[in-house]
Amino acid sequence: MTRKAPVTVSPKRLRREFVKKVKELSGQNLQLCYQCGLCTGNCPAAANMDISPRRIIELARLGLEEEIAGSQTVWTCASCLACTVNCPRGFDLSKVMEAIRLLTLRKNIDRIRPEDISPEKRSELPQIAMVSGLRKFTG
Amino acid sequence: MSLAYYPGCTLKTRAKNLEEPAVASMEALGFKLDEVPRWNCCGAVYSLADDDLIHRVAPVRNLIRVKKQGKTELVTLCAFCLNTLKRANLLMREDAEKRDTLNDFIDEGIAYSGEVKVVHLLEVFRDDIGWEALSQKVKLPLRGLKAAPYYGCTLLRPREVAIDNVENPTILGDFLKALGASHVDFTESTRCCSSYQIVSSPHDIAEYARPILSSASSHGAEALVLTCPLCDYNLSRGQEELMKKHSEFKGIPLVYFTQLLALALGLGPRVCHFELNHGSPELLLKGKNLLPQVESVQPIGG
Repeated sequence: MTRKAPVTVSPKRLRREFVKKVKELSGQNLQLCYQCGLCTGNCPAAANMDISPRRIIELARLGLEEEIAGSQTVWTCASCLACTVNCPRGFDLSKVMEAIRLLTLRKNIDRIRPEDISPEKRSELPQIAMVSGLRKFTG
Repeated sequence: MSLAYYPGCTLKTRAKNLEEPAVASMEALGFKLDEVPRWNCCGAVYSLADDDLIHRVAPVRNLIRVKKQGKTELVTLCAFCLNTLKRANLLMREDAEKRDTLNDFIDEGIAYSGEVKVVHLLEVFRDDIGWEALSQKVKLPLRGLKAAPYYGCTLLRPREVAIDNVENPTILGDFLKALGASHVDFTESTRCCSSYQIVSSPHDIAEYARPILSSASSHGAEALVLTCPLCDYNLSRGQEELMKKHSEFKGIPLVYFTQLLALALGLGPRVCHFELNHGSPELLLKGKNLLPQVESVQPIGG
């Protein structure tokens, strides 16, 4: 039996990779944010989030992927862009939320299953709801 | 006069009550909303990831077809479609590298670089027809109707595609004023209704709807005026739940801006398809004597 060489995964390296991917997908400079919290203050969904929008930016730039991945926040965001238009630094948090969603969805891990939406619901939902929902919650 | 027009999927099915009164009203005003040949779904939401070019193909293809039609302006009615098409158009104007990639991939025979101007029907009234000229065409002023303009998200955000001032929009209020209604401004008129979250978290819908509906009511509105079929769905379902849970909660009728337009132009309720509305605005409108029966569309002179 051949013994395989042990593989050491460096947490530092993983973190760097996460930050790099978020920056690439979002096109945003995470260091721009000075944590004023206007994004959270303007977010109509903040009360339903376990990690506030402001903290998502902080966790993302620290590369704390696991904390973010275990949170509901990016899946609660409706991309309404209230954060984006109110940011004094011109930072577009909606793009960071999307980047984090895609890092999960692109691993073929869907957030919803279309077949779980009842036929009654499907028949009454406007098409823009179905198309946008499936765009945001499936890969 | 013919205007290139993009209806989108929802207006052809669930939201005929947004589209049909608009088409009839524009005809009465002397404009033909001319559907873009072979239009396809715009994708509903604009892709926010930098590398996601494949989801920009659908909106750009529609814009190319407008250019092929020989038109320079595209009119939209659905707030989601406006946002997606306008953002994709902006990308084609501003990002040369992505523009080239998309043009090569789409291969429609002509290069496209954002030449078409994407506008919402409300902008046609404000910028081309003018509020004064519109008000002169009104046959049945909506006198006594206290209507609250609800903008939602996609007409105003992000800033670079907003059809009006992001913080203090007036376009829908000015429109209502031109029709003779009393417009009621309220603080939550640009707050999100929860959008596509209805698909994954339908149980939260009432809590999103509550501040919007309560704010409109507390400012004295008798009806909420909408531009988006998803806002209509979420706010109507949201208020149904609120009324079930809280006996003191009073619902507020929801109506599309195009339905009020058709009524004000004297086209009657037939083109408005109120049977598709949620929150029964007919009772309110009947009480204001705004629902006369008119059988045919009469062109308005002048």
